[in-house]
Amino acid sequence: MTSTSVEPKTSPPEPERHWKDFFGFSTDHKVIGIQYFVTSFFFYLLAGLMATGMRIELATPDPDFLGAENYNGVLTLHGTMMIFLWIVPTGAAFANYLIPLMIGAKDMAFPVLNGLAFWLVPPGGVLLLTSLVIDQPPVAGWTSYPPLSLISGEVGEMMWILSVLLLGTSSILGGINFVTTIFKMRIKEMSLYDMPLFCWSMLATSLLILVSTPVLAGALILLSFDLIAGTAFFNPTGGGDPIVYQHMFWFYSHPAVYIMILPVFGLISDILPVHSRKPIFGYKAIAYSSIAIAFLGNIVWAHHMFTSGTPGWLRVFFMAATMIIAVPTGIKVFSWVATVWGGKLRLNSAMLFAIGFVSMFLIGGLSGVMVASVPFDIHVHDTYFIVAHFHYVLFGGSVFGIFAGIYHWFPKMVGRMMNETWGKVHFVLTFIGFNLAFFPMHILGLQGMPRRVVQYDPAFTTLNQVCTVGSLILAVSTLPFLVNAAWSWFKGPIAGANPWNALTLEWQTSSPPIIENFEEEPVLWSGPYDYGVDREQDDDKSVSELLAEVKAQM
Amino acid sequence: MQGSTADTTQNTLATASHTEAGHHGDHPDHRIFGLYMFLVAEAMIFLGLFAAYLTFRSVAQVWPPQGTPELELLLPTVNTVILVSSSFVMNRGNKAIRNNDVKGLRTWFAITAAMGLVFLFGQGYEYFTNEFGLTDNLFTSTFYVLTGFHGLHVTFGLGLILVVLGRSLKQDRYTSESHFGPEAAELYWHFVDIVWIVLFGILYLL
Repeated sequence: MTSTSVEPKTSPPEPERHWKDFFGFSTDHKVIGIQYFVTSFFFYLLAGLMATGMRIELATPDPDFLGAENYNGVLTLHGTMMIFLWIVPTGAAFANYLIPLMIGAKDMAFPVLNGLAFWLVPPGGVLLLTSLVIDQPPVAGWTSYPPLSLISGEVGEMMWILSVLLLGTSSILGGINFVTTIFKMRIKEMSLYDMPLFCWSMLATSLLILVSTPVLAGALILLSFDLIAGTAFFNPTGGGDPIVYQHMFWFYSHPAVYIMILPVFGLISDILPVHSRKPIFGYKAIAYSSIAIAFLGNIVWAHHMFTSGTPGWLRVFFMAATMIIAVPTGIKVFSWVATVWGGKLRLNSAMLFAIGFVSMFLIGGLSGVMVASVPFDIHVHDTYFIVAHFHYVLFGGSVFGIFAGIYHWFPKMVGRMMNETWGKVHFVLTFIGFNLAFFPMHILGLQGMPRRVVQYDPAFTTLNQVCTVGSLILAVSTLPFLVNAAWSWFKGPIAGANPWNALTLEWQTSSPPIIENFEEEPVLWSGPYDYGVDREQDDDKSVSELLAEVKAQM
Repeated sequence: MQGSTADTTQNTLATASHTEAGHHGDHPDHRIFGLYMFLVAEAMIFLGLFAAYLTFRSVAQVWPPQGTPELELLLPTVNTVILVSSSFVMNRGNKAIRNNDVKGLRTWFAITAAMGLVFLFGQGYEYFTNEFGLTDNLFTSTFYVLTGFHGLHVTFGLGLILVVLGRSLKQDRYTSESHFGPEAAELYWHFVDIVWIVLFGILYLL
């Protein structure tokens, strides 16, 4: 890691704003981005605590820590919060902060709408927490399948519905903003193919959000009528059909896994070339594969319903379509490996988490191909194998990628570097804890341990205890990160504009960026990943020196 | 994205000619674009609800379920005609403002608002005189939820029209150059209209 700040400074440039700005309604995309980060991280910690509670409960076969009733509530809130209040909003956090900077814009296309979208998130979270405080948490799981959700406590269920509707609205408003910003706000010189790959992946994500999230809203509207108005859309005793809810739910919630993972694909595609000092391998292949994943992700929802009485011919279609997603995903993984191959790797925290992401996501992807096949899925459906699979994808994938992104862009957002040693401690603890907590679940699932249970056969005890130890290490692993982030925020070494010598536009402005992002319009002088392309003679120069030369020539 | 630094600069400048991107914050048409994105999301809610209805219908042995009274067709048909023609009336208003005719805008938009109100009253009357309730059976439930949800959208569209009308009273608020408000209201109203045509077809005629 080399610091290339032109003149040594004692403190990062003042971003012309007060700390109070972060606690009110702001229209600056950078403030909103940080508001998203901090809010969603708060819910990550809470949902993580809940997970730890669940694992402690599961250390022994009998319900002796949380108890059966509480376990269901904690299970539901853990899932809901991790998905709707952590991973999805964190995608919006990165997109808010980075997209306008990456495309050379002053702000998002709709700044006020942007602020509004953020301020729908805290009430959504507060609603969920309130349900816990008044001791009526939703207990039907994060899927809220009827008829269970219709008979398991009206108050908590209704709060769950309202919360998810608020968070869904927030994400739709964000999606509108990202698509419009990407299409309409780029600097003149930037074609779609000059954009950093994160913008491509957010484009795909936002299109998915626009198409799929509203259908969940439709399902929840019908469900709430069933709950409070006495209709029977999903209630078989009144002639309704609970399977229709499952279709509508998964029409959103399957694409939602791509809403969670696609932004991270983008982050990784931006991080790997910078720290390998190599051009990205297969720019267009990665860009198009994001769009392909978005499309395919939208037509495979019923693979969650192989055991719901879906007719055989339909299952074959959904099985085949699901397996085809492995192709664009494989294109990405191989492109990442080819990017790193033979590069001058800087194994800093961002890079370690990025490599951790690729390897852990690979395992999750492989078990994904396994459960895509109907005969195998019928065997492991609703067992711990599924829990293992989606934690490898969503924690090993999303969360590792999110941490990679935080380590990479922290200097840009705060103006100071994070501590590398503590970053590596964080990585090692996370990596060990994560694999210890979730890998044994594959075996538990194959052996037949059902998911969502508080009490299990004592034969499964040993592996469960391994998982619990892993989860405790995972919980502890957050501490070095928290201390590091807090300390570096105020005391870290000054980062300068471009500490990684990166080529994308966000590194052309000061760290943290000024209020309208760029003092003068940024110059697009190279592709986002043209590291070492025909510039061997320039190897000794820093990006800012090269940039000055380009500007002089223009 | 290849070549020397200088080449790259030229390449990227060359690509500028075939991109329609706005210039660093100069983005005249992005609001309409955003509105289209919003309507995509809105359309998907309705599509989801329609798909649910059609599934209930195709799975059921008897449809509508036994004991459902026959739907009265005259009033909703008249209502449909009113709503659809209001879209054309509104279009006249937007044509007027493109010719800098604020008076025309006000007149046509006022007529549109009146027609929208008639539609809502018609629907209210229909609700009031129907011989079935929300919870009678699966058909009646979907009937009320779908038409009600659409009615909410009509109400919102009506609100947009009234806001435009109110603002048009201010001197030079809308001109032939600057008329995003009326345009957005019109787009939304057309959308509500199209949804109604599909809804009417599925619920009443199919």
